[in-house]
Amino acid sequence: MPALKDVKNKITAVKKTKQITKAMNMVASAKLRGAQARIERFRPYADKFYEMLGELAKGADPSVHPLLEAREEVKTVLLVVITSDRGLCGAFNHNIASAALKLAKTKAAEGKTVKVLCVGRKGRDVFRRTEFEIVAAYVNEMSSFDFSLASRIGSEVIGGYVGGAYDEVTMAFGKFVSLARQEATLLPVLPLSPAEAGEVAAEPAGPKAEYLYEPSVEGLLAELLPRFINVQIYRGLLDTSASEHAARMRSMDNATRNCDDLVSSLTLVYNKARQAAITKELMDIVGGSEALKG
Amino acid sequence: MAQLLLEIVTPDKLVLSQDVEYVGAPGLLGEFGVMANHIPFLSALGIGSLMYKVGGKANYVFVSGGFAEVSGNKVTVLAEVAERPEDIDVERARKAQERAKQRLEREKEKVDFARAQAAMQRAFYRMKVRETAGSVASTAH
Repeated sequence: MPALKDVKNKITAVKKTKQITKAMNMVASAKLRGAQARIERFRPYADKFYEMLGELAKGADPSVHPLLEAREEVKTVLLVVITSDRGLCGAFNHNIASAALKLAKTKAAEGKTVKVLCVGRKGRDVFRRTEFEIVAAYVNEMSSFDFSLASRIGSEVIGGYVGGAYDEVTMAFGKFVSLARQEATLLPVLPLSPAEAGEVAAEPAGPKAEYLYEPSVEGLLAELLPRFINVQIYRGLLDTSASEHAARMRSMDNATRNCDDLVSSLTLVYNKARQAAITKELMDIVGGSEALKG
Repeated sequence: MAQLLLEIVTPDKLVLSQDVEYVGAPGLLGEFGVMANHIPFLSALGIGSLMYKVGGKANYVFVSGGFAEVSGNKVTVLAEVAERPEDIDVERARKAQERAKQRLEREKEKVDFARAQAAMQRAFYRMKVRETAGSVASTAH
């Protein structure tokens, strides 16, 4: 039988842990609401953007822009890995990092050089222990970021791609499906596939009036396409941030429940131990009085 | 006077949605103006100040990196950055301008020239937009 005091201490400790996990759960749920609101606020921009791009891409020749052209020989692959900065959110970061790592290993096995751009500390920590080169790491940015982070990453990615440093760019991030589901997703970013442009183009319904374009369709595409990359990266950032909070909420909820289980089983142990002690004491007393009688 | 709806959208929020009489925007090829019943039109915007008139009064918004779409009496401006005068941090813009100026003087031949120039332009227009609001506000009092 464990000592009564030890069990009691343990119960107190678990209860304190429970308070912390409960608080973290509430913080995460508040942050999740914020992150979801940001996704909502981003939607009008993104929708309009896709509509404009679709309008333009319909008439344009895919070979007019370097970002649309697939390279024949792919030598270097860049992975943009978006994770959170902080842990305690279940397997969330691990899922993203391992999906990215798997892709990196496949590409490396094909004889391609793989480089990594990390957003979020957890992803960087994983890739720091691998042989893949980290070209840039954006750490401690996930807690408060705006579009300028996406455009900084975007310009680095586009600059490298146009300059020939990378021939393919893929983004790994945590897609926010629902409160209960976050998926580690790999999204090819560059080259922009014509299929994607076609899909976007199919969206606006009905015939539209002929537009007047300034400077020209090609000129506008040249402006829009790099920004499309930024939009996609921003979407990845927003999704990852919302997913992180949802994942943390759930894992903290589990932790709180586990604390409850632990407390009840420890209380049982405590009560048993106490009962045993009482019985023992009673037996001593009874034994003593019997001895006196005798 | 016939009205048209002006909407300014950034990735972070809807900056403005208002019925206006006239929109003057800094197109990539130069300033252009839009009034009601304009033909459908799509243009890339440069860095600058976008002007819109409500009740004959001119208002300004700083925009950078955007597009404007005109269709059916609606002007939609998509901009990576759009700031109303009251949201502009003048001190920050002034410092950015200083930095850009120094960089321009030092690195005339470097690749960063374009970036510094853009930063300079952004700072200049931010301050300009902010000033217009200041003068409007002071005359109103």
